[in-house]
Amino acid sequence: MKDEVDSREDRVANLKGMGCARKRVEDARFTQGKGNYVDDIKLDGMLFGDFVRTPYAHARVVSINAEAALKVPGVLAVLTAKDLEPLGLHWMPTLAGDKQMVLADGKVLYQGQEVAFVVAENRVAAADGIELVEVEYEELPVITDPFEALKSDVVLREDLDPTADGAHGPRKHPNHIFTWEVGEKETTEQVLAEADVVVEEMIYYHRTHPCPLETCGCVASMDKVNGKLTLYGTFQAPHAIRTVVSLISGIEEHNIRVVSPDIGGGFGNKVGAYPGYVCSVVASIVTGKPVKWIEDRMDNLMTTAFARDYWMQGKIAATKEGKITGLWCHTTADHGGFDACADPTKFPAGFMNICTGSYDIPTAYLAVDGVYTNKAPGGVAYRCSFRVTEAAYFIERMIEMLAIELNMDAAELRRINFIKKEQFPYQSALGWEYDSGDYHTAWDKALAAVGYDDLRQEQAERVAAFKRGETRKLLGIGLCHFTEIVGAGPVKNCDILGLGMFDSCEIRIHPTGSAIARLGTISQGQGHATTFAQILATEIGLPADSITIEEGDTDTAPYGLGTYGSRSTPVAGAATAMAGRKIRAKAQMIAAYLLEVHDNDVEFDVDRFVVKGAPERFKTMKEIAFAAYNQAIPGLEPGLEAVSYYDPPNMTYPFGAYICVMELDVDTGEHEVRQFYALDDCGTRINPMIIEGQVHGGLTEALAIAMGQEIAYDELGNVKTATLMDFFLPTAWETPHYTTDHTVTPSPHHPIGAKGVGESPNVGGVPAFSNAVHDAFRAFGLRQAHMPHDHWRVWKIANDLGLHD
Amino acid sequence: MPDKMHIKLTVNGKQEEFLAEPRELLIHTLRERLNLTGPHIGCETSHCGACTVTIDGKSVKSCTMFAAQAHGADVTTIEGMGGPDALHPLQEAFREHHGLQCGYCTPGMITRAAKLLEENPNPTEEEIRFGMAGNLCRCTGYQNIVKSILAAAAEMSAAKEAAE
Repeated sequence: MKDEVDSREDRVANLKGMGCARKRVEDARFTQGKGNYVDDIKLDGMLFGDFVRTPYAHARVVSINAEAALKVPGVLAVLTAKDLEPLGLHWMPTLAGDKQMVLADGKVLYQGQEVAFVVAENRVAAADGIELVEVEYEELPVITDPFEALKSDVVLREDLDPTADGAHGPRKHPNHIFTWEVGEKETTEQVLAEADVVVEEMIYYHRTHPCPLETCGCVASMDKVNGKLTLYGTFQAPHAIRTVVSLISGIEEHNIRVVSPDIGGGFGNKVGAYPGYVCSVVASIVTGKPVKWIEDRMDNLMTTAFARDYWMQGKIAATKEGKITGLWCHTTADHGGFDACADPTKFPAGFMNICTGSYDIPTAYLAVDGVYTNKAPGGVAYRCSFRVTEAAYFIERMIEMLAIELNMDAAELRRINFIKKEQFPYQSALGWEYDSGDYHTAWDKALAAVGYDDLRQEQAERVAAFKRGETRKLLGIGLCHFTEIVGAGPVKNCDILGLGMFDSCEIRIHPTGSAIARLGTISQGQGHATTFAQILATEIGLPADSITIEEGDTDTAPYGLGTYGSRSTPVAGAATAMAGRKIRAKAQMIAAYLLEVHDNDVEFDVDRFVVKGAPERFKTMKEIAFAAYNQAIPGLEPGLEAVSYYDPPNMTYPFGAYICVMELDVDTGEHEVRQFYALDDCGTRINPMIIEGQVHGGLTEALAIAMGQEIAYDELGNVKTATLMDFFLPTAWETPHYTTDHTVTPSPHHPIGAKGVGESPNVGGVPAFSNAVHDAFRAFGLRQAHMPHDHWRVWKIANDLGLHD
Repeated sequence: MPDKMHIKLTVNGKQEEFLAEPRELLIHTLRERLNLTGPHIGCETSHCGACTVTIDGKSVKSCTMFAAQAHGADVTTIEGMGGPDALHPLQEAFREHHGLQCGYCTPGMITRAAKLLEENPNPTEEEIRFGMAGNLCRCTGYQNIVKSILAAAAEMSAAKEAAE
């Protein structure tokens, strides 16, 4: 046998297990145009549904007349809230404990809200029908400012009892949703009062949108003969969607099959449940035919889940030597017309309480007030764990301003406040237990890599040259050291709609030594089919190329909470390793039987079990797999299968050190990223090629957010950025070249020590880009300028500082 | 409703003939009439390039072109670029250099890149970034797309030299 002559090194390489840059198994179909995305699905007799949407941000719906629309050839039905009401489906629960209109029930609360659902034989007829549905509106005063909302007499949510508690406790005003408090208020205020230095500032993290290249959509297919509903869709959490559909439709869960086919990017946008899903299901039940609904780009940007929109008032206290003594934050969170944030139930502001960042801050207090406005609902984690980008941006801006106040170097200020390696596991003032970290090592490596001291020297010379009138370009050095919190999460404190946030993996080894593993997650480009097979290859000793990974079909995959918040590797990756270890445990018994020794006398070695002290006596995993189906082994069931439902004991805390060097033209406001260095520590690295790809992508999304991307509203609640002409997505031309680097600090509680990486670059990237802009103007007195730093806003900074005089 | 139009075109070397409303978009013809679901719809406003195909030697965003405008034209989609037995060097290079993640932009990217390399067989990184600026990707940050195209260009040039 070939196996017997291969060296151990060859046997390891043959597995293509953890740590190798395995090429992706997904790519063959994607590069040949053979992906299977939801809009590619075509079923016999399939109909097409689309929405009549309100042009007004706040209005009463006086009447809806569908008569003319129903005369359009090919239009079959026009559903309104009145049609859904008898089924109890005119409203639906949100992930945040609120409820949301499926179709306008008497009023509309934001521009683009769904008013009626036109069902037609094809998408063109549906569009024609939409044009002819006459809706009479009575305009109401519009509120797009959360601070105004809390003072206004205009009640947005007339369906709610203003005196009753919300899902997260008492409400202070009819437009108020919740107050969430963490930490020690009085102690923190005392620290602030007694501090040598206090910096106070309002930091706005603007509203933006995940905008995956594929919009949201679904195909609902009710088989009335068998009573089975199949729902294909762009779901980042297919199992949770099945449970939600069952709860709100009354169809028993075993009669619902939810399938997430290939997904064209998610970034948080595809976590929630949208009216399109509900209406498609209802239309399929009513017509008995499959019904497809696919958003167009404007629908996507205007109505499905936005991100951020946090007004963060901060205070940071320090000694005059720069040791931080306290942090205070009050956030006003604009949630739009319905509270449809995607956060674990007990965390209405997500993990915003990671806002002490990478620093050893002894005292802290955070309060968040959620507010209704006439904007779209959502508040998803756009390529981040729940509200972690907001938290990281907040602390990384506060520390920069503290450096200005103390007249200190911002890199040095970070260094003297980092949590030290020996302090881990570290208990933060706002309640988290950081699992592991080595911030000083990462920071020093990053500063050395970019030649930090030389850069500062160059910057000083540039400022001098600028003042002498020799240049109109300034140099910004954007620093960021972030700590993420991902991998939600322990069932004891993390659930969504009561569903604990564990995840799962089920493995079947086939007789000839290949395998299929199914998981409760779903890839949206992360390459799960490639990386989860690598984890298993290392754990069970079968080549990754012989392992099929399958996700997204609730009829076959074990239950799991899906893919978002960088939770796939920390949670499902752990489940995969644990299920693999169960396989290995049984394999050990089979091997011992075959080798006629005691179980404890064999040990695992790469791809086989060997007799201890006699390496020439072994059974390969391939041989063991066959034996599992071919031998009657006393005391053992036939077959080789395992399942693991993994409830993580803690979150994981990836971290990183990012440095952005940026040239800014004072007269045009244009920027040029001269250098971007990203060091990530995501613990054990499963596939370095995929990690690097994730970092490039996340940084580019961060570039977009920091430098131009926003969902902006005018005072009437019109969305001003609802096409890709106005909503900034960087092209290859505008995107810089990135340098990636890493350190490895494994998570002590994760079976393979992995922490997850997909969202780190967005969490760390936004402050790095934004700090570079701020830093360029530091010598001229700039403290805080709100993002996005598009050309006009950068020009405005320069203008306000008198640099055009 | 206006009369349907009689449209003939060649798609991936195959003659197609059908009656369509004047307003039928080419992307819908390809995806729904001809079942060529490689080209995708990302914006319907010509910005994202997921629907890019080659028409009579030019890169075209098929979401903003009527099928009627393609009457008589020669259209190539990703499906016409290479199959399992004979991949296009760009298809190989995108896989080799991790030039894709979710795959949604990929058919348009590769189709556009093929045209770019036809026009400029040895592009610089800057020329690639400029030449690909009509195609958006949300996942990769473009760095590995650029790397893939550079690698394919080198591969194709070497193959051409060997053939000469």
